[in-house]
Amino acid sequence: MKIPLSYNVRSLLGRPVSTALTALGIGLVVAVFIAMLALANGFAAALTRTGSDRNVLVLRKGADSEMASSLERQAASILAASPHIARGPDGRALVSAEVYVVIPLGRMGDTTKLANVVLRGISDRAWEVRSNIQMIAGQRPSTGRNEVCIGKKLLGRFPNTGIGESLRFAGRPWMVACHFSAGGSAFESEIWGENEQVMPAMRGELFQSVSFRLADPAAFEEAKRTLEADKRITVDVHRESAFYAQQSELLGRILRILAITITGIMAVGAVFGAVNTMYAAVSSRAPEIAVLLTLGFRPRSVLASFLLESALIAAIGGVVGCLLALPINGVVTSTTNWASFSEIAFSFRITPALLAAGIVFAVVMGMLGGFFPARRASKVPVVQAIR
Amino acid sequence: MKFLPLLRANLGRHKRRTLLTIASVALALFLFASLRTVITTIGAAAQFGSARRLVTTNSTGFVLPLPVAYANRLQAMEGVERVTWANWFGGRYGDGKRFFATFAIDPKSYLDIYPEMSVPPDQREAFLQDRSGALIGVRLLDIFGWKVGQNVTLQGTIFPGDWTLTIRGVYTPTDPVINDDALMFHWDYLDERSERTGQAGWYILQIDRPENAARVAKAIDDQFKSSNAPTKTGTEQAFNASFATMWGNVGLLMNTIGMAVVFAILLVTANAMMMSARERTREVAVLKAIGFTDRRLFGLVMLEAGIITVTGAVIGLGAAKLLYRATNFNAAGFLPGFDVTWSTLAIGGMIALLLMLASGIVPAARAARLPVVAALRNVE
Repeated sequence: MKIPLSYNVRSLLGRPVSTALTALGIGLVVAVFIAMLALANGFAAALTRTGSDRNVLVLRKGADSEMASSLERQAASILAASPHIARGPDGRALVSAEVYVVIPLGRMGDTTKLANVVLRGISDRAWEVRSNIQMIAGQRPSTGRNEVCIGKKLLGRFPNTGIGESLRFAGRPWMVACHFSAGGSAFESEIWGENEQVMPAMRGELFQSVSFRLADPAAFEEAKRTLEADKRITVDVHRESAFYAQQSELLGRILRILAITITGIMAVGAVFGAVNTMYAAVSSRAPEIAVLLTLGFRPRSVLASFLLESALIAAIGGVVGCLLALPINGVVTSTTNWASFSEIAFSFRITPALLAAGIVFAVVMGMLGGFFPARRASKVPVVQAIR
Repeated sequence: MKFLPLLRANLGRHKRRTLLTIASVALALFLFASLRTVITTIGAAAQFGSARRLVTTNSTGFVLPLPVAYANRLQAMEGVERVTWANWFGGRYGDGKRFFATFAIDPKSYLDIYPEMSVPPDQREAFLQDRSGALIGVRLLDIFGWKVGQNVTLQGTIFPGDWTLTIRGVYTPTDPVINDDALMFHWDYLDERSERTGQAGWYILQIDRPENAARVAKAIDDQFKSSNAPTKTGTEQAFNASFATMWGNVGLLMNTIGMAVVFAILLVTANAMMMSARERTREVAVLKAIGFTDRRLFGLVMLEAGIITVTGAVIGLGAAKLLYRATNFNAAGFLPGFDVTWSTLAIGGMIALLLMLASGIVPAARAARLPVVAALRNVE
């Protein structure tokens, strides 16, 4: 027969300080666990959302990032003529040959503190090629002018980014024509201008990449084969989504390893705390346990009951940890995308699955900490204890 | 000292509890020391730089090249003693999983300007003589099992194709902040095989006197202001500091986690101390009855807390200091010179004392204030 749960609840309430201290200790571990994984999640999400399954990114063969790549004009026109490219309602191909460069910009507040920001020179079709782009203010940059569109996440972090203001880089002023959002992706940390304007201001007659929308999303492999086999060009063809996901891999992996190592070590400490608490509970309640055993409860039930009690403390801690971590959701932070040495802003991202994982983690800590004390409880020598 | 047996008996009563609590404190301080060392290592990298070295980059963006023809003009500037230049090569080796920095350098001038890179004289000569020779950091020997004289082939990510180089020398940095896992080869070799010729990634200048840095930097930038590739010149330290800021809010992140860790362990320790004290209520009453003063009892409980936290701290901090040094840890090349500093150990020690105060104060005060008669009434 099972010992009712109310017995455990009352026991916990009977020693509120010890319960609270143990639960809070576990809660802090869970909070750090959730916060760190939310950081890793947010970073990965920003880069993963950048790419679309329907888009193709073409780089020079061997280039591992847009920054390392370079494509000549001729190669870009060969690519733009590919039959695999989708066409817009006006019949023109949805393709954008792009210049990608990182520029130093002074930060808001202290303009001597420089950040590296991506400047992307795009063709006028880029807005349709990337379906997640939304204009939030202003008009698209006009052709032939030094005008730029600013990603949402740069606003408020860099001066002179308001519509109509003038941003200075590459030795000339650029008028801010619009602001855009991009579904939380890394594009939101970029500045976009017309490729023909950006190119002469930067590396000269070279594009870095060509992006296009696939006419048939299922035909990626075929497009890849034909383009990579084309003798006139030496390129690597990537699915855009896979390419950006892979860019987040290194840092994402580092963050995850860090999160697991740090919380793993913390967890051991918290489990020790739970062990102490539960042993103390078992030894101070020895007569009670003896009574339970005398009443006919099986040692197995006693073991289960004490394990449950430990898990209960931990679960309370898990919930506290979730509550402690929740406010961090959506907080914007920035780090460097080491693949391009540019700064990328992203938000901490707490998902329901992550919260659930936090609680499971807590319960596991509680069970581990409670096991040996619970086993001792089930073996309390009845006669001695009841005396 | 005569209370030593009493303390020992108290700590030994629940051996398991004492050991687990000490272990928790040790883990917490180990983590604290590790996290803080991330911050101090990045800080040390930001501070690194000879006061006599300047770095000149393309002002439009540091990834853009400068003409190599600038070298002679820079050399001719007043106050400039030596000039060298380098290019980021971005090579991949094998599956590319273990990243390491690869540069093309102008070999002789580069090694002259960086005396911190120590190379045995015969290897230095061999590297200088071999156009396709490479100079590697000592750590790469371990990571890839390379040997001097061996050919290695890198895949160029920026400069396409396979690049086969012969390892001619191994450098050991005399300053731990310098990466010991970089690979360098001749700039001439890169230039001759690349489609883009005559490009230098950045220049490093040695100037005559540190106090001239600002003046020389300005003179250089003024000279190239209206050229196709305008320059930005600053001290080497400022250049390194700008890379360190790219880590973003790592400091805040590490500090916050560190605080959470310490606080979590405070709870564990405080809980253990309180449980011990509660179980000993009667004993404390007996001790008082036989003449122990309130102050002495307060001190005894505090001392007990202190022994636990200080022992834990010594183990945790000592392990951090020794472990990272013994394993030559550098976070896969991201944090060269990772070593727990003495200031970190000192702060860790203070945290242990704070832990003692915070976890001991409630039970100690309770023991001191215990009303003897009430407590003894329960004695059977």
